[in-house]
Amino acid sequence: MQPGKPLIDWAWIVEHLDDIFERILQHLQLTIIPLAIGFVLSLILAIWAVRQPRVYGPVTAVTGILYTIPSLAAFALLRPITGLSLLTAIIPLTTYTLLIFVRNIVAGFNSVPSDVLEAAEGMGYTRGQRLVRVELPLAIPLMLAGLRLASVTTIGLATIVSVLGDAFGGLGALITEGLQTFFPTKYLLGAVLSVVLAFAADFLFVRFERFVTPWAHARAGVR
Amino acid sequence: MEDIIKFFLDPANWAGQAGIPNRLLEHLEISGVAIFVATVVGLPLGLYTGHTGRGANLAINIANIGRAVPSLAILVMVLPVTLALAPVLGYPPPLGLNPLPILISMTLLAIPPILVNAYAGLRSVDRELIEAARGMGMRERQILRSTELPLASPVIIGGFRTATLSVIATATIGAILSGGGLGRFIFDGLNQGLVGRPSIYAGAILVTVLAVAVDLGLALVQRRLTPVSLRKPIGTPSRGWTQTAEVPQSGGMPGPI
Repeated sequence: MQPGKPLIDWAWIVEHLDDIFERILQHLQLTIIPLAIGFVLSLILAIWAVRQPRVYGPVTAVTGILYTIPSLAAFALLRPITGLSLLTAIIPLTTYTLLIFVRNIVAGFNSVPSDVLEAAEGMGYTRGQRLVRVELPLAIPLMLAGLRLASVTTIGLATIVSVLGDAFGGLGALITEGLQTFFPTKYLLGAVLSVVLAFAADFLFVRFERFVTPWAHARAGVR
Repeated sequence: MEDIIKFFLDPANWAGQAGIPNRLLEHLEISGVAIFVATVVGLPLGLYTGHTGRGANLAINIANIGRAVPSLAILVMVLPVTLALAPVLGYPPPLGLNPLPILISMTLLAIPPILVNAYAGLRSVDRELIEAARGMGMRERQILRSTELPLASPVIIGGFRTATLSVIATATIGAILSGGGLGRFIFDGLNQGLVGRPSIYAGAILVTVLAVAVDLGLALVQRRLTPVSLRKPIGTPSRGWTQTAEVPQSGGMPGPI
């Protein structure tokens, strides 16, 4: 930062709106792909853990260790193997979502009251039907809470990938390029946009949860 | 693989300022300072809001903000502030080796889990127990110390686990600015191209081992502090932000690291 120069160069931002928009799209891509893969994997793991409770401990232990690995270390460890490809970003970003998803999905299934399950059985539902028609819908609020947390987490972690190189893009690229060229406008813009994106995702999921599970909030409304 | 072993066996990597022991020490030092400051700020606030039940909204908001703000974003936003303050503080201004922004952002990241878990831990204590303690004539301070704190300690330690984990991870990224800590091996390696690969790997391995070891250590502390009657079987996850009726549901997880 040079003295006498304003911190933010607004003209630069206006001139580069296209690039900035491109970075936002890249960031969304870096967020949505891991979330989608992570959710599907976790759903499988969670259903397995609900059916065989002794699996739950080992599954959370393994995903817990994966979660403990500092993000930069995970990206750095993969880079020589997968190169500067999207995989280097997607693999760790996916593994970070597993612990969040598995725990929340399992908690969601466990939150289904046992008399509801018995009622479903009494109505002649098969195991598969019960899962799809009863357990999954009732587990939605906690699943969405997990999705909300995982999305916010992934948006934050995705900013770090670009520290390894420009190939990954996203808002982190604005930050690292800004730091390398001593250009505060660029790195501050990257930081502010990533915060805005995280808060927007958080807000959207809160709204979405209210929308798809009106019953969970009906009582609170009466009070 | 061979190169990584060679890196660890090379005595040059164990000596001096750029050696593994010194980098590890730097990493622990900056993490320790951040956790200490965050504790001094966050713990009393969390204990106060948790004991009195006042400031629930404050705790919820801090939890949400703490989870949502990316660590690299905090780091970068603190940077211009410290640069602007540099002349006032008589602090060396160059962008390079500057531990102040990283220290401040690490502290900011560590406060929310410590504060929120202290709050949630105290709120999770059975109200009837507290009434009983009050009925026995205990003072508020005594209730806090002899009833609430022992019962809430696992949750409170859970907050420290989350905070420590995020601080260790952030210190790694912070090496981009501060020049110290184990992250240095990764950044030095990245700058050297092909020759730097063993250094990248070694740094990543060291940081991972450190994070897992510290987390495991704190997990043991957490378990020992848990009253026997409350202990769950091994393997039951008990780290991270806790879930209570008042703190928004999250499944008990920390924010981005």
